[in-house]
Amino acid sequence: MNQASGNRVVFSVVGQDQKGIIAKVTAILADNDVNILDISQTIMQGFFTMVMVVDITDYIGDIESLSMQFRHLEEEMGLKIRLQHEDIFNFMHRI
Amino acid sequence: MTLALQEIMETIRMVEMENLDIRTVTMGINLKDCAHPDVNIFKENIYQKITTKAANLKEVADKIQSEIGIPIINRRISITPIANVGIKYSPADYVEIAKTLDQAAKLLGIDFIGGFSALVHKGMTQDEQNLINSLPEALTVTERVCSSISVATTKAGINMDAIELVGRVIVEAAHASAHINSLACAKLVVFCNAPEDNPFMAGAFHGEGEPDVVINVGVSGPGVVLHALKRYPEADLGEVANVIKKTAFKITRAGELVGRLAAERLNAPFGIIDLSLAPTNATGDSVAEILEEIGVEVCGAPGTTAALALMNDAVKKGGSMATSHAGGLSGAFIPVSEDNGMIAAVEAGALSLSKLEAMTCVCSVGLDMIAVPGNTSPATIAGVIADEAAIGMINKKTTAVRIIPVAGKAAGEMVEFGGLLGRAPIMEVSNFSSQKLVSRGGRIPAPIQALTN
Repeated sequence: MNQASGNRVVFSVVGQDQKGIIAKVTAILADNDVNILDISQTIMQGFFTMVMVVDITDYIGDIESLSMQFRHLEEEMGLKIRLQHEDIFNFMHRI
Repeated sequence: MTLALQEIMETIRMVEMENLDIRTVTMGINLKDCAHPDVNIFKENIYQKITTKAANLKEVADKIQSEIGIPIINRRISITPIANVGIKYSPADYVEIAKTLDQAAKLLGIDFIGGFSALVHKGMTQDEQNLINSLPEALTVTERVCSSISVATTKAGINMDAIELVGRVIVEAAHASAHINSLACAKLVVFCNAPEDNPFMAGAFHGEGEPDVVINVGVSGPGVVLHALKRYPEADLGEVANVIKKTAFKITRAGELVGRLAAERLNAPFGIIDLSLAPTNATGDSVAEILEEIGVEVCGAPGTTAALALMNDAVKKGGSMATSHAGGLSGAFIPVSEDNGMIAAVEAGALSLSKLEAMTCVCSVGLDMIAVPGNTSPATIAGVIADEAAIGMINKKTTAVRIIPVAGKAAGEMVEFGGLLGRAPIMEVSNFSSQKLVSRGGRIPAPIQALTN
């Protein structure tokens, strides 16, 4: 059950569609040694919505500190970025 | 096993738009090994034990919250009912003990500490009586200490002597805390069939059968249920129950994950998940609005009790599938001051004290956060408590009363408590007397339902 048992994190980005969101987000992920396992992006009710599953095994730090790396970008581009351990989704949607 | 985008977005929507949260991670702590005839040593013992065992509670809950992205609103502690560990303490000693508990809660950054309690459903010891008599002052001078008094069980019957005393103490507590809108009474709940593992306040305490330390989790989520139902406006009642079950399942799973993580990291066994729908004053996070979505014009209209019965049962069915250990109160709460829909229903004249009493027959608790006129007599409050206790005793369920006779206020006025406790309209209470019943004293015998062996 420990976080160490899995290092997959669901990374979601919601905000006004604009140029460069994916480029800037993925650049920060790459700089922090985070590997993208899955990525899907769509426009939902006018909002840019991107959901990625990422692996943070090689990242030095925890989910909280990684999410702090995105605070500046959130403000700059008016985005809502959240990182959630994948267990919460597995628990809520899988028996 | 891959996650579908739709499932991920559903969880995010529940948190962002529908107020999904975990209401509380509550650590139960046994204080029996702290007993000492010298009250100063006892205070030192409980302070040490609580601040050691729960040293990391806040930090662990904060961390889990940020990892899974679901808010955990409160961190709480429940303790052995203090009157059970008391050794000939005076009411003044109990006030000092309450202050010690308050200090421990503040040091730890804990929202509430419950268990300043006495279990007197069959009779009172001198210690228990002293604790009850200390409540007006103890609950006024402390901020985070919560108290509960067990006055009845199905097995023991109803202790009317205790109810008579508690009725007087509630009125005294209202006066003692008149300067803070009689807030002391909002931290005191009177139980029939009190659960020993309830993580919710004000009624949480660490029961006799519990281990030294335990983690219990209370979920929430009326907003999530309400939004789910809004997507099926034409569904028949069987389908309505199904929608609630599915939603309750998901909410409870989130609680189960939090409970397992918290227990592991705090080095304590995981006790139970309390499957309760606990409303807040946030828009849409209302049990009353769920009942209105099911089909009554305003909460309190005929049919409300039926809708509540359906909802309460569906929450339990869905939730019990989602956790290996359900416990506590497990059902729906109908606190008036903490639910904007309930407040609106009272203000519209649709919801009365009598209707709320009927609703408590099918919900998880009872008359919760009810503000009544400040001049309500102790005997009338005792009568209200006795009625609730009778419902619980006969139906073998938990019932409770958290009633606030707000000093200086009359029916129709509003009172603000702040925070999770919300605000409440002062409700009308019957003017006819219950004095003779209350003054008779003694016990109402345990019902035939108690003879199950």
